[in-house]
Order: sequence, then C-alpha cells, then structure tokens
Amino acid sequence: MKLTDEHIQHIAKLARLQISDQDLKMYRDQISSILEYVETLQELNTDNVDELAYGADQINVMRSDEVKSCEPEIKQRIIDEFPNREGDLLKVQAVFEDRTE
Amino acid sequence: MDLSIITIKEIATKLKAKEISSEELVSLYLKRISEENEGINALLETSSSALSAAKHIDERRADNADLGPLAGIPIVLKDNITVQGWEATAGSRILEGYKASYNATVTNRLREAGVILLGRANCDEFAMGSSTETSHFGPTKNPWDKERVPGGSSGGSAAAISAGFAPMALGTDTGGSIRQPAALCGVTGLKPTYGRVSRYGLIAMASSLDQIGPLTHTVEDAAMIMQVIEGRDQNDATSIELSQTSIPELIKTDVKGLKIGIPKEYFVDGMNQEVEEIVMRAIKEFEAAGAELVEVSLPHTKYALATYYIIMPCEVSSNLGRFDGIRYGYSSSAEDLISTYERTRGEGFGPEAKRRIMLGAYSLSAGYYDQYYRKALKVRQLIKNDFDQVFKDVDLIIGPTTPTTAWKIGEKFNDPLTMYLSDIYTIAANLAAIPALSVPCGLSNGLPIGLQLMAKPFNEDTLYQAGMFYQSITDWHQQSPG
Repeated sequence: MKLTDEHIQHIAKLARLQISDQDLKMYRDQISSILEYVETLQELNTDNVDELAYGADQINVMRSDEVKSCEPEIKQRIIDEFPNREGDLLKVQAVFEDRTE
Repeated sequence: MDLSIITIKEIATKLKAKEISSEELVSLYLKRISEENEGINALLETSSSALSAAKHIDERRADNADLGPLAGIPIVLKDNITVQGWEATAGSRILEGYKASYNATVTNRLREAGVILLGRANCDEFAMGSSTETSHFGPTKNPWDKERVPGGSSGGSAAAISAGFAPMALGTDTGGSIRQPAALCGVTGLKPTYGRVSRYGLIAMASSLDQIGPLTHTVEDAAMIMQVIEGRDQNDATSIELSQTSIPELIKTDVKGLKIGIPKEYFVDGMNQEVEEIVMRAIKEFEAAGAELVEVSLPHTKYALATYYIIMPCEVSSNLGRFDGIRYGYSSSAEDLISTYERTRGEGFGPEAKRRIMLGAYSLSAGYYDQYYRKALKVRQLIKNDFDQVFKDVDLIIGPTTPTTAWKIGEKFNDPLTMYLSDIYTIAANLAAIPALSVPCGLSNGLPIGLQLMAKPFNEDTLYQAGMFYQSITDWHQQSPG
C-alpha cells in the first residue's frame, strides 16, 4: 500500500505527532514498505477463524468493588513529577477555548 | 573468581560459606563496571545504595537470618522496569529525568528475596528494536566485538551478563527481546509463558505480548530467578495463579524419551550455513542422549512477522498515548494543547517509536481496522493453533534463536524491515503465548549463536530440564569474550 504525504500527515495528526517536512518522505516510504510486507496476510482465508486478542485463557478477572486508596508517599511522588503545577493541582492548557463571536 | 562467567549458584555457595561477603562481591562488580562500561554502554546508571544494601544482607547473614539463595547477589534491570526513586527512561528522551514513583512487582519480589539492585540496563527506546541502537542514550556494544550490536531490545541486560557486570539481569520480551540479545551475546535468556510474571511496573509496549524474564549464564540460574519473580499479582489481572512452581534443585536433567520437534519451516534453503550446522550439532546432542527428534510443521510460520508487525504497533500506539507532556516526562509547550501534544511527542520520541505509533494508528483507523488489525488477530489464532497441534505430539520445539550472528552497528539501522527479519524465529512464541528459552550453542567467527527451545504454556519445567541437560554436557555457556 503506497501511502501519500497526505496519508502520513493525517496519521500523524491522529497520533498527535509533529513530523517535519524532511522526515515526511522518509516515514512515508518506510511505512509504505512495511504495509506492503504485511499485505501477505491477505493470502490467508480466515473466514471461520476467531480473533485471538490475548494470550492466556482468562476472562473477566474481577476484584471486589472496594476503594483502595493510593499510599500518600506515592501520591506525592506522582505530583512532584507534574511538569506544570499549582499546589497539588496539575496545570494544563485549555481544552476548550472560549470564543465570542 | 571469574566475574564474566561465575553463576548465581556458585556465588550463593560462596556467600553461604562466608568465602566472600556480599559487600565484597558488589564492590568487585562495581569496580569492573567503572572500568569497562564506558566502552560497552550496557548500564545507564549504577545505584548509590547497592553497597549499603549488600552490607545490610551481610549483617543479616552474620545474625543467622533465614536468607534465600539469591540474597546478597546483584542484579541489573532493564530500564523499562520501575524501581522507586530511580530514573526510568525506557531508553527514551520522553522519559529522561523521570523518577519512578513506585516499585514494579518484580522489583519488590527481588528486594524481598534480598537481591541487590545494582543498576539500570540500556535498551532500545520503549523496547522497540533488535539492536539497542534506538536508545536515546547511545547504542550498547556487543562485548564479543564492540563494533557489533548486542541485539535488542534488552541489549544492555545481555551485554551486562556477557561482560561480567552482574550475574543476573531482567529483560523484557515482546517479539524476542530477551532471547535474541541473549543469543547474540552468548548468554541464557528466558521468555516466560504470558501471564507467568507480573507486568505491574513494566513500562508497557504491547500488552498482550510483553513479558519480563531473566538473563543469566545458566538455565539453572534463570530458574532460580523465576522462582522469586513469578506468580499471581493482584496488580496485574493478566498474571496467572500458578498451580505449581519449579524447584530448580529437583529438576532432572535427563532427556531420555523427550520428544523434540524440529519445524521444517525453520530450516530452509538459503539460511546461514554456519548457524544451520551449529544448531543441528546442538540438536543432535539431545538425540544422542535418548531424546526422540521428530520433524514437525508450523505452516503459518512465514506469516508470524507480518502478524506481529500489525498487532504490536496497534498496541504500541495505544500504550504510548499516555506520553503527552502533561503529567510526567518531557514536555514541550506550544500555543495550544494539541500543539503541545504534537511537539512533545514529535521531539520526545525517536524515529522507530514514531514509525510504530503511526503504523498502529493507521491499522486501527476507520476503513483499515478490519483489513489490518482484525485480520492479524485471526492469523494470530492460526499461529497458535499450529503450536497447539504440534504440542499434541512433542514436548519441545527446537531451532535457531536468530538467523545470523551479531551484525555491525549501523549496518541495518536505516532499513527497518531488514532489522525486523532478525526476529523471525522468536516472534511466534509471543503471539502464541508460549514459553521460550535461548541457550548458547556455539561460535561462528568468534560470535555467539543461540539454540531456542519452546514448550507448551506453563511448561517452563520442560525447558529447564532440556536446557540444564544441554549445559551439563557442553560448555558454550562458560565461554566469555576476550
């Protein structure tokens, strides 16, 4: 499957990756050749085959619905890793902009 | 005491007999690391509390405390396994400087067993690679020839064992990343059955494929580590309650009557002659000792790589979505939130990580999901069926671990597909969720070659039996570089 520059730009947008114009061509060609390689799977008839998403046999491993809180030291270490914070609160850029037209 | 080949078992005997103290032992390893790591770059950091931890074990031993066989012995951990307070980078710029807030379950279990956590081992970025060349912190060199790769992604772990920086290491294996570097560095490596070892605290790459496992000089050593780290963990719902655990001392190294399958698809025209000869020579040792060799077929072998290179990038694109510069790690601000994500991830991830994220995003996107991801999941079932079928007739499957010996640094780096082909023998075991072991079985032009054994799910015992037998009649595992 030969991808175009637009394909790569679209995928990069979906994956939230900034790709420079110089690298665009490199990724386009490399990803295209990998996609071409994986096309071989189309040779196989899998009409009556189940999907295997997961290695082991377990289904729905449950635990009781009890609150298990985080140790305060761990919580503090996590907070200390925030790149931007105000007190113990994580600071982020606006998700929604306030537009008045 | 030859640090480059001494085993955990031998060290444990010396420690128990008080021939050496843990503090002396750890000092010896630290000295060797300080002299030789710069030329190899196996380790990113050694722990400043290793010596005091060793001293503490010595004090407990002097008090006749009940210490397990691994107590006082150092280990290095691949840098995608968290140790609280240590940097955990997974070989990536996007986690450079990030300090882990908690211990992985395997870390806790090792600590409880008295193991000395010695340092962090280099790896391909987010465990993506077969050569340790994608690490943001520079490639690791193969101790057998420093112009060559050690393999990957657990190249630092394998090189550390081979260079005598530690007698044990933990690596991770998603498509061969323990076994392949073990083979290229002449050491022993085990990928456990999926679910045998908890992944809590492992920086995730592909959640249905990842497993943590040991790298050592011997199979017996690997079994000793497994005893400590394996088993159900409440924090990992995919970890399995084991019905039994292996006791290394009780494993019989007799292979008489064992049925060993040789897949015809693994020995094809055009394969590397030396690898073929050396691996066949190793296989014949089992026959000479009374094992029965059977030709078997794994018909979907040639589709395993393609299946992996769809499923794994899909899971990667999901797992690496958390690295966005918001809660931890590298953060590169831009005008708005989406641009911050794009810039952080564009600058923080290396090319291989970006390639795989994009492959995954594409394969999961609308219009392509059925054709790629769902199709690959179906072929995965076919691959697993192949193994289930063969294991009705044989106890083990045997073959080469890798198609070649170690190649030169830079040789395959710019051709991803050629790089991926180095995993052709290892990948199926991850897809089928079966355990697999690589042991050194020879040298070609001075470079190590690995023999791979695979067994039914949760049959690590059979791997230990066969591996320990092989190491009782050969000495490839006692060879060291230089």
